[in-house]
Amino acid sequence: MVIILLEGTEDTPKVILDPENNIFEISGRSLPEDAVLFYQPLIDWLDELEKTPIDNMNFSFKLEYFNTASSKIILDILIKLQEIYEAGTSITVKWYNLENDEDMEEAGEEYSDLVDVPIELVKY
Amino acid sequence: MEDTSRKISARNLPMSFVLELHKVMEENNIFMVYEGDFSQEVTKTVLHFTERKFLADNLEDTTRRKIFNVMVESLQNISKHSVSGLGDESTTASVFMIGYTNNNYLVISGNPILNHVIPKLKDMLDKINSLDKDGLKQLYKETRLNSTFSEVGGAGMGLIDMARKSGNKLNYRFDKINDKISFYSLIAKITKIESTNN
Repeated sequence: MVIILLEGTEDTPKVILDPENNIFEISGRSLPEDAVLFYQPLIDWLDELEKTPIDNMNFSFKLEYFNTASSKIILDILIKLQEIYEAGTSITVKWYNLENDEDMEEAGEEYSDLVDVPIELVKY
Repeated sequence: MEDTSRKISARNLPMSFVLELHKVMEENNIFMVYEGDFSQEVTKTVLHFTERKFLADNLEDTTRRKIFNVMVESLQNISKHSVSGLGDESTTASVFMIGYTNNNYLVISGNPILNHVIPKLKDMLDKINSLDKDGLKQLYKETRLNSTFSEVGGAGMGLIDMARKSGNKLNYRFDKINDKISFYSLIAKITKIESTNN
């Protein structure tokens, strides 16, 4: 599979989808007005990955800000990961938040309540 | 100001207006105003300027992040839902402001909307304002789960998020412009948290 590497911008996150090195990370700011436009290729990529899953997948979200449009599509990504997980691949999802960022921590807890793939909340 | 109704046009702009506007901004503690077309580029620029100011002011992190989040939703709501071309210029441009009063930061937006969307919008705003913290959390989760992408924003996720992050009721008002459109003003209030770090 191709490796996806996107540099972060003022309104879109840094993205690493690298099965070879088992690094899957979305970090920084996610404020695109059209979240589908930005995230659809990543969702499509995860669809492909579902066919050839990798073991002990590590997926991290380390976001500073995200808008409501992104919030919806992050849930779609987690649901996709849940499907991969339920098909028998072990996955560790880490949701990072800054020590004093309670809103981001709460967002992680809310996602954790909504999906069955285990989400570990990590402070940094 | 003794004469606020006086119309000032670009062709006939008295020099005193610079001072008048400055006074209005000072008196109301408005430190940022943008009027015009709203796009993602404008959103980014406004966020950039404001963030720099807050960093320079050493604003406490939680307050700064909450204002930033509320600004993003407010700016993107204007950009998505504002209508144009149905009234004269002075009432169909959108406006965005940031102010500070009594220990509260105010994120203020004003934009024209179609009259027929008002009842649904008003219901949504009233519903949001009737809910407490847990109620808003529940509504946010339900809306996120049940809305489709075309509805995001229209389904009010942005407004729910603004109410959640701000921790205060949303103030709103509709002023009829003509048979087709009204001017929709919205103020979200973020109470400043005193810094414990310095």
